[in-house]
Amino acid sequence: MEVSKDREYIYSPTELDRIEGQVIEELRASSQESIPDPDEWLDEELERNILLTSVDAILNWARRSSLWPVICFPACCAFEFIAAEGPRFDMSRFGMEILRASPRQADLMITAGTLTWKMAPNVRRIYNQMPEPKWVIAMGACAISGGIFRSSYSVVPGYNKIIPVDVYVPGCPPRPEALIYGVRMLQNKIAKAPVVPDPLQLLEKGKKE
Amino acid sequence: MTVALSGKEIASQIEEKFPGSVEESSQDSLVMKSNSLLPAATFLKDTESLKFDYLNYITAVDYYSYFEVVYQLTSLEHNHSIVIKTRCYTRENPAVPSVVGLWQGANSQEREIYDLMGISFEKHPNLKRMFLWEGFPGHPLRKDYL
Repeated sequence: MEVSKDREYIYSPTELDRIEGQVIEELRASSQESIPDPDEWLDEELERNILLTSVDAILNWARRSSLWPVICFPACCAFEFIAAEGPRFDMSRFGMEILRASPRQADLMITAGTLTWKMAPNVRRIYNQMPEPKWVIAMGACAISGGIFRSSYSVVPGYNKIIPVDVYVPGCPPRPEALIYGVRMLQNKIAKAPVVPDPLQLLEKGKKE
Repeated sequence: MTVALSGKEIASQIEEKFPGSVEESSQDSLVMKSNSLLPAATFLKDTESLKFDYLNYITAVDYYSYFEVVYQLTSLEHNHSIVIKTRCYTRENPAVPSVVGLWQGANSQEREIYDLMGISFEKHPNLKRMFLWEGFPGHPLRKDYL
């Protein structure tokens, strides 16, 4: 059967083979050197940025840099706390601007104000609901010792009667600077603390004799 | 400005209606006998010319020999006010009739007085301690509380 004219190519089969061979030869000639690794620059950068440290140190760094306070402000020291949170003093510089409404998402309790015995079981429950690790800052004279209401029949003479306190910030009320200083002290304390506490010690935490 | 009505004047009106119910009266206030407090208070609230429809506050005072419960009433319609008082001469279980049925605002204030002063209010719908807890010994606002 005769092949019709219009089915013929411009190039003959021999020419096609030669062109293909030419392409391969050119590519082969230009591909003798391997292409440099595009991420080569990273090595140098990584050397400058990777720090080797212990797990304890990195976990404590993470913990102290994202202290989230629970909303538990029984009295007027809360206003100084609000000022400390606000733009002028801006406590969020230290990683703790997020107030958690749920104690289950918080790890710091700032006890801003007088505590009455009627309120005490609720504060103690909020503390118990917070997950470990957790810390408490006693803010102001009332939180430390009951303050001017110490001898009253209805006031708890200091939060450490019902929950363990880590840092005491004196003042009536403390200035926002004092509170921020107290938080910095707490961060120093966390940096030195063991990451995994002794389980037996943990069970005893907050219990009374 | 709210006009403070004369205690003597109101006392004479109450005496007319309920003879022997007023203990004493002065320019500022009048003292009711506690057993006739409720009918007199109803009279003060419902009489068209007086119409004391608003209870400003209730408070209580310890005078050692007796407790005094103080009510300030205001008429929002006539814009006048009066202070009425009643006394309990016993320190063991003092009681006065509750006025919650007349003025709802009395509810929490009577509870507060019951809690801190130990005066019970008869026929109060929910008479239990408010600021202190059940089992607290004594009543702290009494003069003999230590």
